[in-house]
Amino acid sequence: MQPFAPPVIRFDNLTLGYERHPAVHHLSAAIPAGALVAVVGPNGAGKSTLLKGVAGELRPIGGHIHLPDLPRGGIAYMPQRSEMDHSFPVSVFDMVAMGLWRELGPFGGVSRAQRERVGHALEAVGMSGFEARPIGSLSGGQLQRARFARLVLQDAPIILLDEPFAAIDTRTVEDLVHLILHWHVEGRTILTVVHDFEQVRSHFPTCLLLARELVAFGPTAQVMTDVMLARARHLSEAFDENAPECSVEEAA
Amino acid sequence: MSLYELLIGPFVDFGFMRRALAGCLALSLGATPVGVFLLLRRMSLMGDAMSHAILPGAALGYLAFGLSLGAMTIGGIVAGLVVVFAAGLVTRASILKEDASLAAFYLLSLAAGVMIVSLRGRNLDLLHVLFGSVLALDNNSLLLIASITTVTLLGLALLFRPLVLECFDPAFLRAVSRLSPVAHYGFLVLVVLNLVSGFHALGTLMAVGIMILPAAAGRLWARNLPMMLLLASAFALGSSVVGLLVSYHADVPAGPAIVLMCGLVYFASLLAAPGGLLAGRLPARKHLES
Repeated sequence: MQPFAPPVIRFDNLTLGYERHPAVHHLSAAIPAGALVAVVGPNGAGKSTLLKGVAGELRPIGGHIHLPDLPRGGIAYMPQRSEMDHSFPVSVFDMVAMGLWRELGPFGGVSRAQRERVGHALEAVGMSGFEARPIGSLSGGQLQRARFARLVLQDAPIILLDEPFAAIDTRTVEDLVHLILHWHVEGRTILTVVHDFEQVRSHFPTCLLLARELVAFGPTAQVMTDVMLARARHLSEAFDENAPECSVEEAA
Repeated sequence: MSLYELLIGPFVDFGFMRRALAGCLALSLGATPVGVFLLLRRMSLMGDAMSHAILPGAALGYLAFGLSLGAMTIGGIVAGLVVVFAAGLVTRASILKEDASLAAFYLLSLAAGVMIVSLRGRNLDLLHVLFGSVLALDNNSLLLIASITTVTLLGLALLFRPLVLECFDPAFLRAVSRLSPVAHYGFLVLVVLNLVSGFHALGTLMAVGIMILPAAAGRLWARNLPMMLLLASAFALGSSVVGLLVSYHADVPAGPAIVLMCGLVYFASLLAAPGGLLAGRLPARKHLES
């Protein structure tokens, strides 16, 4: 991580929420270019909501998210609960090849070179030989690997991963972490929601600790301290039906 | 009775049988692939709902211009599109899901249709709308069905990739492209067009039969989409031929005969196909090494 790289993602007094109830409350932070950030916090802390906001799926109810100018598809977002219909009769190859959408568009054919790149992407996630299998026949871990292969092909400068390691065995996690670290070396900006503190401490240089409000943001060693984590746990996670209107200044 | 008299004679001897066959061929190539996507989008029953939605348009056309092909077709298409787009708007802008908003609009549309039909008093002619008249297709109807099939095949070819993504991973399509609503509404337009083309042959009540039943049978056999499309169209065409022959020899209405044949293929597939009922209950073959 270069210390003076300009921020690519800047949260400016950002409030995200559902039906006026904030899930992320007055968050201000600047994510530098090329940062590998673990988004950490208790359940209901607004981690997924934050990623949805960055991905553009949720409009802020206060403040702003400043993003660099990117073409559509410049932010690759892997949601926690995939909307994918696993019973659809489509092969692993076709599913992964759709990561090339920015190059192929709705009509383009897959060239021999692109075919090889799909092959390499599958190889990178340890899924060679699965090309012709219908996606419905994959196990949870294999499907997650295939989704990562599609991310490889999407070649996006900003990557958002929402709990990519949930219910995945250790070996798969190791392989996928390896891939994430490789993206980090390539200079991509990555935000990942992670629950396992060990993984966070050993792989992620930067941490964003969230409990609706920002608890701490910075180098992992300074964020993942007992004091900070205790403060995060302490902050309430329940919506109060009758909460009064927030009185914090909206003006940045 | 020779095999020739049984299978070929009726089509050689009678023009109306040949027209019916041509109409069914067009439906198998156009309406059935649309049915495949309806099935894969889990909208099978919505196809049924929409077929009712086109009734008031057709009835209004009938009320204003009598039994005119053009008026009833345009009326049906307009009514279908209004319902589809209104339901789509409500779905995208409110918390109601697509099935709820569509149900609301199609029920209103159906009620309006029945009301309009009863205003005319004498409804016998309108049986044509409800049950179709595949054995009485005139040149214009045939041309209409063929044109709609042509438009459908072109439309499906253009929409194919976005539509497949919209079916199996809509969030991904929304993330990488602006085509998600194009695929969604474009597909619904094709559904309406094919329901209208289907109602001329099979009637509004049974037009969905030739869309969904062969698609469901195809799904039970096929492991990939091209194979499923191919099988569904083949099943639809086969059922049409047999249905027409049964109707000719046994002197029963052709539309229901065709749809019942589609049903027969469906039940046979349900029993025999790898995705069907028996597949999991037969004694297992020795498993493979890996």
